Amino acid sequence: MTRKKRRLMVLLVCGIGVGSAAGLSLWALSSDVAFFTSPSQLAHDHPGPGRSFRLGGLVEAGSVQRSSEGGKPRASFRVTDGSAAITVHYTGMLPDLFREGQGVVTLGNLAEDGTFAAQEVLAKHDETYMPKEVAEALKKSGHWNPEQGAPPPASTWNTLTVKQTGG
Amino acid sequence: MDANIAAASTPGSGRNLHRFANPGQFLRLSGAVLPWVSIAAIVLTVIGLVWGLAFAPADWQQGDSSRIMYLHVPSAMLAYMGYASLALCSVLSLVWRHPLADLAAVEIGPVGAGATALCLATGSLWGKPMWGAWWVWDARLTSVLVLFFLYLGHVALVRAFDDPQRGYRAGAILALVGVVDLPIIKYSVDWWNTLHQGSSITLTGAPTMYAGILYPLIPCTLGLVLGFSAIVLARTRAAVMERRIRGLLQARARNEAAA
Repeated sequence: MTRKKRRLMVLLVCGIGVGSAAGLSLWALSSDVAFFTSPSQLAHDHPGPGRSFRLGGLVEAGSVQRSSEGGKPRASFRVTDGSAAITVHYTGMLPDLFREGQGVVTLGNLAEDGTFAAQEVLAKHDETYMPKEVAEALKKSGHWNPEQGAPPPASTWNTLTVKQTGG
Repeated sequence: MDANIAAASTPGSGRNLHRFANPGQFLRLSGAVLPWVSIAAIVLTVIGLVWGLAFAPADWQQGDSSRIMYLHVPSAMLAYMGYASLALCSVLSLVWRHPLADLAAVEIGPVGAGATALCLATGSLWGKPMWGAWWVWDARLTSVLVLFFLYLGHVALVRAFDDPQRGYRAGAILALVGVVDLPIIKYSVDWWNTLHQGSSITLTGAPTMYAGILYPLIPCTLGLVLGFSAIVLARTRAAVMERRIRGLLQARARNEAAA
């Protein structure tokens, strides 16, 4: 074995060591690395009342109720991940992207009655990008309702819009 | 420098690699390539940015804010690929004692740190109007911040020793340990839930972007990658010449002392 080969072997062994150490520690910490908890996770991993955590999911269609309290806007809506949903109350300005069907991450704690009292609401957008015309065409043709969640795969958009404008 | 090469070039598989380690050959080759790379970088970046900022359609819900992607995405790719090239140089340096790889690693560091800073700054400017926060400690943002600190650590470490060889060695080890961060950055949005969006462009699936929004990203990314390469090439050329001059001056000083 030449010196070069030996150095390469040492490097590979160190790489495997460092890599597995990092992998194992991240795996052990994975619940702490997660930015938010989903409503269904909350069902079997319940933090006590008063403990602050982030709740994330989609804003359920038709659940948003806006009011105002002492001049401040107040909103309540349900955050869902498809299998479970939790009612969130929030007083303050909602981000511009907030709408039904949009992803949100809220920071707050569970109240006694099982609802979530949020101090902060952040909007989480997904990885799809489309111009307004395409979104309108998808909505009009009935292929997608933004309030119900994610749009259909991008590969279908162009043909859908061609059909729409052509028909 | 020449003594280094003589010491390192043993017959065998290393010979092919060391042909490129010849600093004269590197200066000739890079000198011929550099103007073309620089011109292509500027032309592609200008085309991509004008196309993306002025002509591409805006996203239906983010509006014109989404146009910052034409800087954010390429700078993120640069930060990532820059670190990968730093790691490659470190392997060449540690295993094959490639003297040009040492110089290139020293020069990649600050440029990569700049790209990472641009990525973090544009991301922050994008996050405030869209998410409602300049910064959050989610897995993607935190792992890119760690990458930025790895770059800064490398920049500081390679310059921290009186004997440059020891600096190169320490920097290479730090760079290789930091490679652990690359898969974490890449898969952070898949492994854990994050505020940052998932990948719109993947190697395996179709992009989840409208073609008219996606296409300007191609010249932007190509242009900025070529620009990164041009800056690193120019810096490495300067470093090689600096070494040569230092060698010549030392030789002259020795001759004068002997005379």
